[in-house]
Order: sequence, then structure tokens, then C-alpha cells
Amino acid sequence: MSTYLADVATLARKDLRLELRVRSVVPSMLLFVVSALVVFHFALPSGSSDLAAKGLLWVAIIFTALLGLTRAFVAEREQRLLDGLLLAPCDRSAIWLAKTVSMLGFLVVAELVALPAFALFFSGIDGATVAGVALANLGICAVGTVLAAMAVAGRARELLLPLLFLPLAIPIVVGGVGASVADEPARYLGFLALYDAVFAIISWASFEYVVTE
Amino acid sequence: MIAARKLGRTFGAKHVIRDLDLDVGRGSFLLLTGPNGSGKTTLLRLIAGLLVPTAGELDVDAPRERIGFLGHEPLVYRELTALENLDLYGRLYRVPQRRERIGMLLERFGLWDARNERADSFSRGMLQRLALCRTLLHDPELLVLDEPFSALDEEGAGLLDRELAELRPTATFVVSTHDPARIDALASQRLAFG
Amino acid sequence: MSTSLRNNQLALSATLAAVLVPTAIALVFFYAPVDEDGLNQKIFYFHVPIALAAYACFGWGAWKGLVHLWKGKPGADLESYVAIHLGVIFGAMTLLTGSLWAKFRWGHWWLWSERQLVLFLVLFLFYSAYFMLRYSVEPGPARANMCAVYALFGVVLIPVSWLSIRLANDFIHPTVFTRHGPQMSGSMFFTFCVSWAGLLLLAATMYRVELAGKRLDARLRELRELLA
Repeated sequence: MSTYLADVATLARKDLRLELRVRSVVPSMLLFVVSALVVFHFALPSGSSDLAAKGLLWVAIIFTALLGLTRAFVAEREQRLLDGLLLAPCDRSAIWLAKTVSMLGFLVVAELVALPAFALFFSGIDGATVAGVALANLGICAVGTVLAAMAVAGRARELLLPLLFLPLAIPIVVGGVGASVADEPARYLGFLALYDAVFAIISWASFEYVVTE
Repeated sequence: MIAARKLGRTFGAKHVIRDLDLDVGRGSFLLLTGPNGSGKTTLLRLIAGLLVPTAGELDVDAPRERIGFLGHEPLVYRELTALENLDLYGRLYRVPQRRERIGMLLERFGLWDARNERADSFSRGMLQRLALCRTLLHDPELLVLDEPFSALDEEGAGLLDRELAELRPTATFVVSTHDPARIDALASQRLAFG
Repeated sequence: MSTSLRNNQLALSATLAAVLVPTAIALVFFYAPVDEDGLNQKIFYFHVPIALAAYACFGWGAWKGLVHLWKGKPGADLESYVAIHLGVIFGAMTLLTGSLWAKFRWGHWWLWSERQLVLFLVLFLFYSAYFMLRYSVEPGPARANMCAVYALFGVVLIPVSWLSIRLANDFIHPTVFTRHGPQMSGSMFFTFCVSWAGLLLLAATMYRVELAGKRLDARLRELRELLA
């Protein structure tokens, strides 16, 4: 168990270190999410409710995450670096967990900018929304990592990932918007937790098969 | 140590390896020759465990942590330094006395001075040497090398010759090459492709 | 399983389907009582069984995917693919019949309050992406594994999506249109069951036919390879 976690830490640290050197994913996500919020302002006709804007926040989060996820396995695929990880004695699922953790980190950084920007442009963010975002992040990264690994194996790559991801993201959007908008956010937060648990388990268990050639 | 029975591997509709039978005993040195695209790389990847057979059986009697693989790609992260790359693999392979072993290998392959340079500043020859360090880092008992001499200059090739000669008695080798004359003396088995 | 046994099973399910489906149609139009909705309600005798057949196909596809991953049986990937292909066809039929019903009943081609319909839309999108995935990867162990994993994700998505749509309706579209509960009388239930059985057998037949065709295709390709 401790070697498993050590492997996860090693791999996640590697991803974070690479991002710090290259600085390509996080700045793009930051710029994208702020641009998207500005576009949403122009997309909402006057008289639109606060609730509509809250819904669009979730659209922004999903698509920003998608942007980051598209980059998740690109280096591993282009330079065949995934081979190096597959040769090592570490569990394949540790690769998934490390990638999920590092993606989570990037997404959280993007949201640390996105949420205040949203509060600035539209309306305030309450605790339920933050909790919803936190729970949704887990589901997005867990599922997104597996799908990113699948997408990158094929020809279409960047085109394929949104197609694979969006249907699976619909429940996350429902949970998130519900948490932000409904009078009783608890149900929606509970649902997000259920989604996270269920999909994290099958993502963890199935990753090994996704990277076998 | 390696046993293949009617081994086959297809890519899409193309049969790259078909009905291959092979036996490599512990301590042997199998030399693979043949033109590009004839299946040498595919066989090496199958033995290393990076590919699964689509037909037949392949039995490799060595766990993943005792196999050292050198492919066409150096498998190093370009934005990390030589030291950071080897430290990453050292941790994943749970190499004992990691730092000392990394230092020793870098020195043996003449990369000690460049240890804190990012791999993207390395020449092809240096990358290949770094890849060799990575391959040998965890003291493998089975070495699977795909054209190890490619991209190496005279000095690098000399260093590799020395390593191969030193490791010959203690490890099993499967090596493909375009220049069989160079290492033919070490080989105990030969397989020609294509 | 030998080819002759397979052929016998195919003949059996085809015959049964050929008997049951027209019987069901006859029952629907001549036997089952006309309810308040009028003739339009008859669509349900097809819409719901088609939906159930689609679920069965997706479930079967996921099962075969699991068999492929777990046991590594060689034919399982193809069986999974054919099942999901069929599921998408039945899913499209579900959306079509559901949309027709909505138009004739409420005057709209699409109703977000119809949870079953919305679920099928999400699943239709999900399983269409299955084909995008399948065709973007070269045939081989990698593609088979990925498709099997995706099929399993799909079957998990079905209940999760169902739940999310229920939750969504609470704040997106409070139920404006009420639907009649399935309080079916005896004769209605009987008709429904015949229709259900007929459609499941139709699905099974179509599955076997497509599978046989694809297997033949693969065999021909193999033989051509050997001769080359």
C-alpha cells in the first residue's frame, strides 16, 4: 500500500514539475475560463436571471476542464513516454490516480481564478456552490483521465475527447447546478458524491485495460 | 527464460508476426537482424510486455522490475534534467541506493557533467546514452534492446560495448541491430527477420 | 458453439419473432381497449418495449465487454459491438416513437419533462460516441479493451443519468404535463407482454443475423490473409 501511494506521489510530482517548467496547461485554462465568462455575459440577454448565469458557470467549468484534459496524455503518447511508465513495476491504476490528482490540481488553480471572476462579473458564490465545485472536480478528473487516455490512442484525439466526455458530464452539471441553484443543495451534493464514488471506482479498476496494447 | 509458441501479432489487418516459435534460455544472447518493418521491434515490445500477443503464447520468466527495455524512443521527459529523469525511474523501480547508482551510471556513460541539464538540450547521442542509463538503472536480468547503437557516436558506442561485455555473463539479452558484425561475437542465438 | 447449432437458434428466434410481432400488432389494434388518449396511446405498446429492448442490448453489450476484459474470450468484443450497435438502433426508434407520441398527445415534438425520452437522448449521445471511439482506433487488443471499458461506463451511466434527470426536473422543468400511470387492465397488459416478447425476439434475431454477418466477414478476411 505504501509503495502504491509512493508511486502515485512520484508520478503526480512529475506532472506538477513538468507543468511548472512548461507552463502551458494552467495558463491556457485560466485564460479560457475568464474569456468564456466574458462571452457568457454577452450571450445572456438583459433580464436574464442570476440563476441562468449560475448555470453557465458550470458550462465554463466543464469546458475548461476539457481543455486541460485534452493535454493530459499528449506527451505520454507523442514521445511514447507511457511505455516508460508501463514498463515500471508500478500498478497501472497508480498512473491513473497520479494523473487524476495532478489534473485536479490544475483545475483547482483555474477555479481559484474562475470563481472570483464569476463573483465579479455576475453574482456572489455561496458555500453550496463551492462544495459543488469541489465534489464535481473529483468526478470530472476521475472520468476525464480515463477518457483522455482512450482518446489519445486513436486518430481523432482532441476531437474525440469532448464527444466521450460530455454525456458523462451531464450528471455532473445537473448535480453542480442543482447545488448552486436549489433551495436544498444537500440532495445534489449527495448525488455528486455518489457519482464520484461510482465512477472513481470503475475508472480506477478499468484504467489498466485502457492502456494495454 | 523466454518461450514463444505460434506467436502472432497483428496491427489492424496486417500480420507483423505470424506463427513464431522461440526458446531463449537464461544467460543467452539472442541477436535479431532484418530490414525495417520486418517485425523485430514488435517482437521486442512483446517480450518487454508493452504489447500483448494476438495469437499464440509468449512466456517471459522475468518480472517487470527485472526487465530493461530500450526502444526507438529514449523515454525521457524532455523538460526534466538527466538527474530528475533517472530519479523518477529510480523511484518507480525502487532502486536501492538510488543516488549512488544514478551517479555511477551517469559517470559510466559520460553524462555526469550534464546531469543538471534538461534533456531537451541533449544531442541525439546523449539522449541515447541517457536512455541506456535508464535501461540499466534497476540492474535488470533481461535486457531487451532495440538498435542500441543507433545515434551513438564512436565514444558512446565504445561505452556501450564495454557495458555489454561486462553484463554478458550475468544477464539474458535480446538485441536487434542493423550492424550485426559489431556484436556478433557476443551472440549465442540468431534470428533473422523478413 | 457450432455453426449448425447457431443457425438453429437463429431460425428459432426468427420464427418466433415473425409470429409474435404481427400478433402483437394485431392485438394492439384489434384487441386492446382504446383508452382516453385515443388511438395515440397505442404507440406505447411499441415505444416501451422498444426502449426495454434497447436497455437489454446495452446491458448485453456491457456484459460481453466484461467477459472480454475478464476472461479474454476472443469473440466477446465483436458480440459487444453488435449488441451496442443494435441498442443504438433501438434507441433511435425509442426517440422516434416517443417524439411521435409527444407530438400527437401534447403538440410538441420534444418534451424535456419526459424523463424516459431525455434519458435515451443522453444514452444515444453516449453510445454514438462509442462508434466514434471504435472507428478512430486501429482494430486490435487496444480497441477491444477500450470499447469494453466504455460499454461498462455506459451501463453504469444508465442509472446515474436516470437519477440526475429526476433531480434536474425538479429545478429545470417542474412537471407541467402529467402522464397517466401504467394502470393497465388485464387485456392491455397481455397485449403489452406479447409486444414486449415479440420485440425482444426481434432484437435477438437482428443480433444473431448481424453477428453472423460480421463473423463471416472476419472469416473471409482471415482466409484471404492466409492465401496472400
